[in-house]
Amino acid sequence: MGKKYTVYRQKFAAVLVLLALWQLLSMWVDKSIFLPSVPATFRALLSLARTREFYLSISISFARIAAGFALAVTAGVLLAVLAELNTWLGEILQLFMQLIKSVPVASFVILVLLWVRSAQLSTVISFLMVLPVIFTNVRGGIWQADAKLLEMAEVFQIGIWKKIRAIYLPAIRPAFVTACSVGLGFCWKSGIAAEVIGLPPNSIGGELYKAKLYLMTPELFAWTIVIVVVSVVFEKLVMWGIRKIIGTSRETENDSGK
Amino acid sequence: MPIEMEHIQKSYGKQVVLADFSMEVKDGETVCLMGTSGIGKTTLLRILAGLTKPDGGKIQGVQGKKITMVFQEDRLIDWVDAIANVELVLGKNARRDFLRAELEAVGLHDCEGKPVAQLSGGMKRRVAIVRAVCAGGEILLLDEPFTGLDEQTRKQAADYLKTRTQGRTVIMVTHDVQDAVRLGARVVWVGEERKEE
Repeated sequence: MGKKYTVYRQKFAAVLVLLALWQLLSMWVDKSIFLPSVPATFRALLSLARTREFYLSISISFARIAAGFALAVTAGVLLAVLAELNTWLGEILQLFMQLIKSVPVASFVILVLLWVRSAQLSTVISFLMVLPVIFTNVRGGIWQADAKLLEMAEVFQIGIWKKIRAIYLPAIRPAFVTACSVGLGFCWKSGIAAEVIGLPPNSIGGELYKAKLYLMTPELFAWTIVIVVVSVVFEKLVMWGIRKIIGTSRETENDSGK
Repeated sequence: MPIEMEHIQKSYGKQVVLADFSMEVKDGETVCLMGTSGIGKTTLLRILAGLTKPDGGKIQGVQGKKITMVFQEDRLIDWVDAIANVELVLGKNARRDFLRAELEAVGLHDCEGKPVAQLSGGMKRRVAIVRAVCAGGEILLLDEPFTGLDEQTRKQAADYLKTRTQGRTVIMVTHDVQDAVRLGARVVWVGEERKEE
């Protein structure tokens, strides 16, 4: 408990130091249009928080990006399993994922805008950014399955579901948790970037663009703070949920089996 | 139908492990494969289990039969307990009290709920033995099943195997002729031109 308290205290101190540095820098620059002060940014944030659009934009952006993430996790796991079941398909999927990873987000955004409405853009983009991360990690997890245990399962003619639960899932679990953690960061960055380009109505990205267009730098900073906070909260919530459902280590499986 | 292995050959690269091995094991018989290290005893068990393909020779009497095995390593699921390990190879109808009694028969008391990773080497070995025995099947392959067991538990495990494998074909690899005596097994020497005892 004491150790945890110390960690929180250190984190709080780090935030204070960063805010102090920001304030000093803004005082040195002395031009709110380039770098607003900390109080000006928080005043802008409070003013935004009093509007209905603020919550609407956050909710809608959140729903779209979360949908993209959920779809990517589902598809990534399924495709990784399919890739392991069929070598030929595995090669094609591997190439496809490599391609997605190499193409810049901006190119995807412009291309996808030709195919879907701007409202769906952030869902598609966050899906595309997270998919290869989940696919690659889950596939790597499958490769990590203990070959000796798989031989044992073959001799004892253990059924496929038992094999998945006892041998494959524990091997995949750490890689899957890592992939989700990395993917959550990706989906927020890419999703918001897509909104800034696609400008769907009622979106954080759209509000960011508006703030930039009208040179409302304190609002721009305020929205950035909102993105960081929502992203962190989303990541914490999803990771908590994942750990609750599938655990983080092999030991947790035993705990749940007691 | 007896198990017949005729002129079995196996090489790993340029290293010849089995040059020309033949053996017959009658139904319900217990046989001990003995010989120096690296002579191909484990390879023979792997060939019988269908895990390794021989380069040449003929095997009859294993097709369609259920085979279970105690591997040289325990090959247990480390993060679940002993009962869960045995349950894994059994159907849904496995009763926990039966499995508990089987584990107690080899001296494994109070290990329920404890991940096998926390058990000693000897305890893990006995879990692997119970798993192979409880899984049933016509043929039981044992690769140095008593490794890591002290004299008392070795005897206990051997008695357990002897009583639980009546009517099953047992092929065991061991370095200790006493193990063969304990199980009342016929000894087959591998890799050496020594007569069967």
